[in-house]
Amino acid sequence: MNTGSCNACDIEILATLMPRYDAERFGIKLVGSPRHADVLLVTGTVTEKIKDNILQVYEQVPEPKLVIVIGGCGSTKGVFQESYAMAGPVDAILPVDVYIPGCPPRPEAIIYGIAKAWEKLEKLQK
Amino acid sequence: MDEVIGVAIAIVVAGVFAGLFLKGIDRKLAAFMQSRIGPPIAQPIYDILKLKQKQTIIPSTSVRWLFTGAPLVALTSGIVLLLYISLSYVCYIIGLQSPVQGDLIVIMYLILIPSIAIISGAFASGSPYASIGAQREMVILMSTELPIAVVVLSIAWHVADSMYNPFALQSLFEYTLWHHAGAFGILGGILLFLAMILVLPAEMSKVPFDQAEAETEIAEGVMVEYSGKLLAFLLLTDAFKALSLSALIVILFFPYTFTGLFGLSFSIGSYSITPLIEIIFFIGKVVIVYSIGVTVIRVIMARLKISQVAKVFLFAVSAISIIGMVLIMLDPKMKMI
Repeated sequence: MNTGSCNACDIEILATLMPRYDAERFGIKLVGSPRHADVLLVTGTVTEKIKDNILQVYEQVPEPKLVIVIGGCGSTKGVFQESYAMAGPVDAILPVDVYIPGCPPRPEAIIYGIAKAWEKLEKLQK
Repeated sequence: MDEVIGVAIAIVVAGVFAGLFLKGIDRKLAAFMQSRIGPPIAQPIYDILKLKQKQTIIPSTSVRWLFTGAPLVALTSGIVLLLYISLSYVCYIIGLQSPVQGDLIVIMYLILIPSIAIISGAFASGSPYASIGAQREMVILMSTELPIAVVVLSIAWHVADSMYNPFALQSLFEYTLWHHAGAFGILGGILLFLAMILVLPAEMSKVPFDQAEAETEIAEGVMVEYSGKLLAFLLLTDAFKALSLSALIVILFFPYTFTGLFGLSFSIGSYSITPLIEIIFFIGKVVIVYSIGVTVIRVIMARLKISQVAKVFLFAVSAISIIGMVLIMLDPKMKMI
C-alpha cells in the first residue's frame, strides 16, 4: 500500500519479484485483494488524506496479519519531519512488525525483512 | 460394486493432490519460461494449509447463506465433475466394470456448475468488483458454450457410426477418432483439438481470458471478498476443474493406454503393477495438455478486453470448431448415416 511515497520503494518491491531476485521461489506473490493477503507492505509516510484508507485496508486483512514498512520515510518520517500534511510515521497509525530502512531499500534487504516477518509469524502460531 | 466405491474415494483423495501438484507444475513451468527459479511444486498445498489457519471474514453487506454456501457447492460439483469424467476411464484401465458410462451431455452441464456457483457467490458478496467479475465470467461462459457443444457433438457423431453408444465416454476408449478417419477426419480432429485447447484457459480463468479475475484491474474480481477457508475451497475447486477439464481433453482425443501403445506390461513378482503405470501415464498426459493449453498460452499472451473475448469465442473459435465438424462429416472413410 502506497501511503504517500515517491514510488521508488514500490519499484524496488517489483524488482524483488522480477527474475533476478524472484521472491516467488519462497511462495511469495503480490495479491490483488487485501482479503487474500498475509502481510501489508506500506511504503511512504502516512499523509493526512490517506490515514483513514490505510486503516480500512488494514482491517480488511484477515488474521493473523503482519505489517512491513518499507523505506526510511515510513519508518521515521524521513525528510518530512516538519511537514503539516503528514500524519506521522506508519507506527503511529498501525502496529508495525518489521521495518526495512533505506531510500529505497535494496531487494536483498526487502527479502531479508520478509524472512524476519516469516519468523515472527511462525512464533505467533506457537 | 464395493471395489468401485473404493476406486471413487481413491480418485477424490488422489485428485486433491494431483490437482494441486498440477497447479504447482504450472507455476514452476511458467517461472522456468520467465527464467526465474519459481516456487516449489508443492506450493499450492502449502497455500491451502496456510489458508486453513487464517481468519474467514464474511462482509456485512453480503448475503450470508449464499456467500458461504457458494464455495461449498462449487467444490462439491468440482469433485462430482472429476469423478464423472475419470471414474469410467480409471475403471477401464484397471480392468473393472464401471457402473457409470460417462454421458458427454451431462459433462457439458457439470462443467458449468462450479462457475455458476462462483458467480452467485460473487454477486452475493456485495462488492462492486465482484459484480463486474461475475458479469464478465457469465459472458465468457456463454461464449464458450457453442465451441464445447460443437466439439462434443462432432465426436459423438463420429462414434455414432460404430456399434457403441455415441454419447458415452466409454465408447471413446474403444473407438478413437484418429483410427477410423481419413485425411479430412484427421484435419478436422486437429481443428477440434485446437478449439478445445483454446476453451481450456477460458474455463480456467487464465490469461488471456482471465477478465473475471483480473487481479491488477478489478482486484481478483469474483474472488475479491473471499478469505480463509472459503478461499481455500475456491482454490481446491480450481484444482479439481483443472484436473477434470484436462482429463476430458485427454479422453476425447488421446485415450490410448500405455500397454495398448507399446504392448508392454509390468509386474513386481506375481503382482501386476500395470494399472499403476497406466494411471501415471494418464496423469502425464493430463500434465502435458494443461501445460500446452494453460501455461504456455498464459506466459506468452497478455489479457484481452472482455469484448474481444466474446468475439474470439463467438467467431474465431466457433468457426474453427464448425470447420472441424464439417471436415469430419465430409470424411469419405467414415460411413454416412
